[in-house]
Amino acid sequence: MGEKIADQYSVTGGDFSRAGYASSQIKKSLKKLGVDMAIIKRTVVATYEGEVNIVAHAWSGKIVFAVDDEKIRIVLEDEGPGIEDIEQAMEEGFSTATSEIREMGFGAGMGLPNMKKNADHLHVESEVGKGTRVEITMHLN
Amino acid sequence: MQVKDIIRILDARILCGGERLDYTIELAFASDLMSDVLTLSNDNVLLITGLANMQTIRTAEMSDINCIIFARNKKASAEMIELARESDIILMECRYSLYKTCGLLYAEGVKPIF
Amino acid sequence: MTAAEIVNKLDLQVFSGENGLNRKVSGGYVSDLLSDVMGNADEGQVWITLQTHKNVMAIASLKELAAVILVNGNKPDEDTARQSNEEEIPLLGTSMSAFEITGKLYELIKK
Ligand SMILES: Nc1ncnc2c1ncn2[C@@H]1O[C@H](COP(=O)(O)OP(=O)(O)OP(=O)(O)O)[C@@H](O)[C@H]1O
Ligand SMILES: [Mg+2]
Repeated sequence: MGEKIADQYSVTGGDFSRAGYASSQIKKSLKKLGVDMAIIKRTVVATYEGEVNIVAHAWSGKIVFAVDDEKIRIVLEDEGPGIEDIEQAMEEGFSTATSEIREMGFGAGMGLPNMKKNADHLHVESEVGKGTRVEITMHLN
Repeated sequence: MQVKDIIRILDARILCGGERLDYTIELAFASDLMSDVLTLSNDNVLLITGLANMQTIRTAEMSDINCIIFARNKKASAEMIELARESDIILMECRYSLYKTCGLLYAEGVKPIF
Repeated sequence: MTAAEIVNKLDLQVFSGENGLNRKVSGGYVSDLLSDVMGNADEGQVWITLQTHKNVMAIASLKELAAVILVNGNKPDEDTARQSNEEEIPLLGTSMSAFEITGKLYELIKK
């Protein structure tokens, strides 16, 4: 047992052309490990939504990725404005995205609900004016 | 329907994946919002979109979508084509509106997802 | 063809803007990008989208669109519905996806 992989990626707020790089690397690592394709898809869809949220809503952040025999754990932590009302942010359709973000193909308020749907366990905590921490857990067995 | 039929029906241009013209498509989904596309649980779907940026390709990569057609005469950049190639995604462009693109493919028997 | 006929033939839900159901339909436009609709949609078209917020009706009115169809079972925001009544532009809904409802509308208008 023990950690098979532990990686870390940094994410820059506002940089839409690079958004998804970390999720893409994580997808490659999971494929190499031979994780079930359906679990990979749910994991990377949730991670990518979280990565785009950092790019769209925060200033900078990092994504920590760890896998052991039992689970995949991804922590997305950012420095940013934080989320005032997490319950409201989790509602489908709630978004504070600017029109610029909408023109980039995001900002429909579907990201967090979709992360919840895809993750086996999702935990969000946030401090206004400081930042947000999102933890995604996926069970492998 | 095969990729080569799509090219014929839409008078489309293939940008990458040209060696897989006989790849078969059964289902299609049309959207410009990537968070909408990311809610799909099906794989092997044709994505029809008027949003042509890096995130379109990233979204397809994460959702296991392996065929994209850009409508509205949207052009893919070299960087987008490169990323699509790396991810084994077939990429096409056509000059029709999303409305006409969907209309023509639906009429030829491509099925919706739900 | 009028918006009302489309509602009937495609079995659409009418959320608001009933007073505009006699509007003539010239074609369809599918887009979720508001600036694209501003730039490229034409008068009399039915706009198919999953966007529900109130800018949708402002654009529909500016572009003199015949109706708006919300897809995937989306419901309009309160403001959006109110504005649809004021502008007398029908706001319609379907549980079908954009691809499917567009396929059906295209077939219907072509006839
Ligand atoms: N990392 C974050 N930092 C600050 N605010 C956030 C963060 N993630 C989400 N939010 C807030 O929660 C809202 C809802 O997030 P969600 O991902 O569901 O939708 P969205 O990002 O606005 O649009 P979509 O995900 O559909 O592109 C956001 O509009 C934003 O206000
Ligand atoms: Mg989001």
